[in-house]
Amino acid sequence: MFGFILRRLIAAVVVLILTSFLTFTLFYKGPTNPAAALCQERGRCTAEKQEALETSMGFNDGLMTNYGRFVGGLFKDRTISQGATYTCDAPCLGISFRTKTEVSKDLLTYYPATLSLAIGGGLLYLLIGVPLGVLAARFRGTVFDKVLVGGALVIGSIPYYVFALTAWIFLTLQTSIFPTTQYVPITEDPTQWFLGLLLPWLILGITGAPTYARYARGQMLEAMGEDYIRSGKAKGLTQRKLLFKHSLRVAIVPIVTIFGLDFAALLSGTIFTESIFGINGIGQWTLTSLRAPTDFPILTATILIFAVFVILGNLVVDLLYAVLDPRVRLT
Amino acid sequence: MTATDTTPEARKASGTPLLEVKDLTVRFPTYDGLVQAVSDLSYTVEAGTTLGIVGESGSGKSVSSMAVLGLHDTRSAQISGSIKFNGQEIIGMSENDMRKLRGNEVAMVFQDPLTALHPFYSIGKQIIEGYRIHNNVSKKQARARAIEMLGLVGIPQPQTRVDDFPHQFSGGMRQRAMIAMSLVNNPDLIICDEPTTALDVTVQAQILDLLQKLQREFNSAIIMITHDLGVIAEIADEVLVMYGGRAVEYGVTREVLTRPEMPYTWGLLSSVPDVAGISDVLVPIPGTPPSLLNPPTGCSFHPRCTFVSQVPDNLCVTTLPVLERSSTGSSEHLSRCHLRDPAAIYETEIAPIVAPDRTESPA
Amino acid sequence: MNTAAPGLPADQPEEVSGSPSQAELLDLEAALAARPEFQPHKAPELDPTVKPILTVENLKMYFPVKSSGLIRRTIGQVQAVDGVSFEVPTGGSLGLVGESGCGKSTMGRLITRLYKPTSGRIEFDGTDLAPLSTRELKPYRSDVQMIFQDPYSSLNPRHTVGTIVGAPLVIHDVVPKKQVLTRVQELLEVVGLNPEHYNRYPNEFSGGQRQRIGIARALALQPKLMVADEPVSALDVSIQAQVVNLLQDLQREFGIAFLFIAHDLSIVRHFCPEVAVMYLGKIVEIGDRDSIYGHSYHPYTQALLSAVPDVKQAAIGGRRERIMLEGDVPSPINPPSGCHFRTRCPIAREICAKHEPPLLQVGKRHKVACHFPGELGKHPVEPLTSRLLGVDDDGNPDPGGSPDASLVTKPGYDDTWFDLDTKTFGRA
Repeated sequence: MFGFILRRLIAAVVVLILTSFLTFTLFYKGPTNPAAALCQERGRCTAEKQEALETSMGFNDGLMTNYGRFVGGLFKDRTISQGATYTCDAPCLGISFRTKTEVSKDLLTYYPATLSLAIGGGLLYLLIGVPLGVLAARFRGTVFDKVLVGGALVIGSIPYYVFALTAWIFLTLQTSIFPTTQYVPITEDPTQWFLGLLLPWLILGITGAPTYARYARGQMLEAMGEDYIRSGKAKGLTQRKLLFKHSLRVAIVPIVTIFGLDFAALLSGTIFTESIFGINGIGQWTLTSLRAPTDFPILTATILIFAVFVILGNLVVDLLYAVLDPRVRLT
Repeated sequence: MTATDTTPEARKASGTPLLEVKDLTVRFPTYDGLVQAVSDLSYTVEAGTTLGIVGESGSGKSVSSMAVLGLHDTRSAQISGSIKFNGQEIIGMSENDMRKLRGNEVAMVFQDPLTALHPFYSIGKQIIEGYRIHNNVSKKQARARAIEMLGLVGIPQPQTRVDDFPHQFSGGMRQRAMIAMSLVNNPDLIICDEPTTALDVTVQAQILDLLQKLQREFNSAIIMITHDLGVIAEIADEVLVMYGGRAVEYGVTREVLTRPEMPYTWGLLSSVPDVAGISDVLVPIPGTPPSLLNPPTGCSFHPRCTFVSQVPDNLCVTTLPVLERSSTGSSEHLSRCHLRDPAAIYETEIAPIVAPDRTESPA
Repeated sequence: MNTAAPGLPADQPEEVSGSPSQAELLDLEAALAARPEFQPHKAPELDPTVKPILTVENLKMYFPVKSSGLIRRTIGQVQAVDGVSFEVPTGGSLGLVGESGCGKSTMGRLITRLYKPTSGRIEFDGTDLAPLSTRELKPYRSDVQMIFQDPYSSLNPRHTVGTIVGAPLVIHDVVPKKQVLTRVQELLEVVGLNPEHYNRYPNEFSGGQRQRIGIARALALQPKLMVADEPVSALDVSIQAQVVNLLQDLQREFGIAFLFIAHDLSIVRHFCPEVAVMYLGKIVEIGDRDSIYGHSYHPYTQALLSAVPDVKQAAIGGRRERIMLEGDVPSPINPPSGCHFRTRCPIAREICAKHEPPLLQVGKRHKVACHFPGELGKHPVEPLTSRLLGVDDDGNPDPGGSPDASLVTKPGYDDTWFDLDTKTFGRA
């Protein structure tokens, strides 16, 4: 088990190095020039001024040197010259071109909103989706099952942003059933935190749950057809025990797999949700960084965060597998 | 748990068998039509005896036995006829009453213990669960019972192995554990569905030994479903040969296997080579098993039977023969065939192939 | 065949329109019996004069077992096949029997070179296939074909029967494109399928028919050797005999040699004039049919044979007397020392734990690997192999003795052999 985790962590580091290096390469070989933008920002820009800025920002030192500086900054404080000189505390992810703030500090500012959204939304994926799927499997072929499968298809075919925007317009703007959507830190006011995020959570949950319902239904039907469920019935087990203990225990394993990856994606920011409901999370933050001229330090940070979550999600799923299924021995 | 008038003693006095299946018919409606899985099946099993049911896949041998435990989904199966266990009618019984019977008075041992045991629960947990449904005991008592059962079926170090998972057991050990799970409530009837088919021969011999030992100990009745006539010959008191969902031959094992009267049984005997090498000729049954959606008219074996022309008036094609004592046969032996004198045909045409040595002369 | 109108109660005597006359019934019988494999088949006999097409010598296949640490070291080996030697005669058959985990299926995959052996020789028709690369093997692939156990998973469900059977013809470019279909239809005819069904899919066929499709595919390249790995064990009893008889007919007609791998001792007895018994990666006994089934000398073979339930027991009643083996086959990762079988052997003694018994020729066509070889109930009291191994009867080193140089296990049989009565070599 220990060897397995260690091997996976080493692999994770390799993936992170490759990802960050690739991002760097794309930026350096790409057409954007942050020095030009900075130069224009400060009034009349001449070729000499721009040249000087480029040199001071280190763009002429080559890809490897810059990448080396970036990696070094993760471990010790750096001073960064970007028109002016900024200090950046370790772990340093650079200074935003646009706001001139430390990216790692911004990350800490924006992240709690995303985390709150992800936890609530992810929980609702499971809490709405799985029970419905289990019930559909239990009452397979009945009207309930058909309505559920059909409903899941309908919701699944509506584009997410249409769904979220419509909900916001009707439920917040017109009827005020959900008066505001906002992010208030839970440490400040737990009630406001909850009320402000309720609609985004529900929308995330309702749109994500059909996938889980359909998946849970399929997995349950497969599990219910297994020989060992028949043996359980032959032992005299109650229908309830067969369904919620013996079958669900088996069906939940693959559900955990897709949930691990979905949750990693939620943690990396939900751009539509944050934009529509006006929540300042890292999804929005990433989106603004993409506006020309690209705010490269923020982009690098968000890409790395995304990679870290995907890797961690996979690792947690694998470890959960070993806990859930005694046949899986991690060697 | 059973009413006083259905105790084994009372039953013996009144002459009711432990299990009495009468005109059992099981049909499954499908998109392609009605699958006639079992048709008009009747048999009885006495306490402490073994009935062997032989047949190929699709012969209805498993379907009929699962009906005894009420394991068919009532929404997808149409079941008619009567199944009386200890005098109680099982068909139409409420799910709750049925559940009290399952695993308690009637237990089942399945073919493949790897798939029949839950992979995520330890062996002990699965036995304990089966015990506690039917007995109001503490977890500790149930665990002691599980360990006792594992010891009884010959699993070494049952105190530690009780916490192992099915995948940590070898095939033979898994089947022993499955048997321990089935016997934990001392059932009166154990239905074994091909319990040794997935096992090696040396392990098969161990498991059959174990079943017989336990049967003697608990005086349980066994229904042994198999395709292996050798297994039947060694452990069954009575045998029921099934073809296309019907009983085609039924009687005392010794009678049926030494003086078979139905061409399908002859075919089964002649198409299996003999390990002792007494007969070195292999005579297959031509053709393929019948469709249950659209079974042949008359005798369902007639399209594969090589004796059809010996019966006058196309009877084999037009009329279903009755399962009855043949004109020359014994009262312990019923068969479903139009042939006038199957005994004579067996003596002259079949016996020289399947039993050239003849350990005993025909009576 | 099935002419009943749906919904008609089958047990009511009802005149079926167009039911056949007595003469037509006779025709029906004749048609049923027309296929040669529906006829009674006698077990084939051994021809000791033919040369071997396949000679396997000291073949080994070890699979590494990896550790679980950060660096995955090889910490052990599964000795799936451990020093096996045998011959398959041209146009003849050798049966390979044993319980699950004995290495018989690995053996089949080695012969077809789906695995590359750890060491040893696989001499096929004069060429050693063991060291050849995938590219070098291609010309031999058509000569050695395989029939698989499961006719459901071994045929691609998205290909038609014609594509499946024709694929080897196209890959090896044996017939011009235009003639592939004709050849496929011939092959289907040969294995007893309707040649017009070439454009159907495997799911339209029954298990027995699918196995025939697999056989047609194996037959397409006119192989000289077929490796049949449990070819009938997934089939219904009444269908098994049909397929066994079909294989026997094909063998006779096309002169194909068979390595017939099965756990069913009765089927092997019927099909193979020669049989090798494997236990934990080694051959424990090999010989002609009569030596193995008539008077085997190895306690494992004897136990295996006695474990088979016998229909004839019905006449006597009760269970058959048999040698009961304790427990299951041990793990091949850490097999018992000396003789692998000793942990379950009813006659094991000290020497068995210390020395592996050599596979000794004890008859004209009979070899056995046991320190106490003998017919059931007549196993010798003293080990017969101690002098050959240069040890005393308990297996301790004997100062005066030295191992006999002639104990190297070779494929095939010698003209002289070890006589169990006189305990010396030199009987012919």
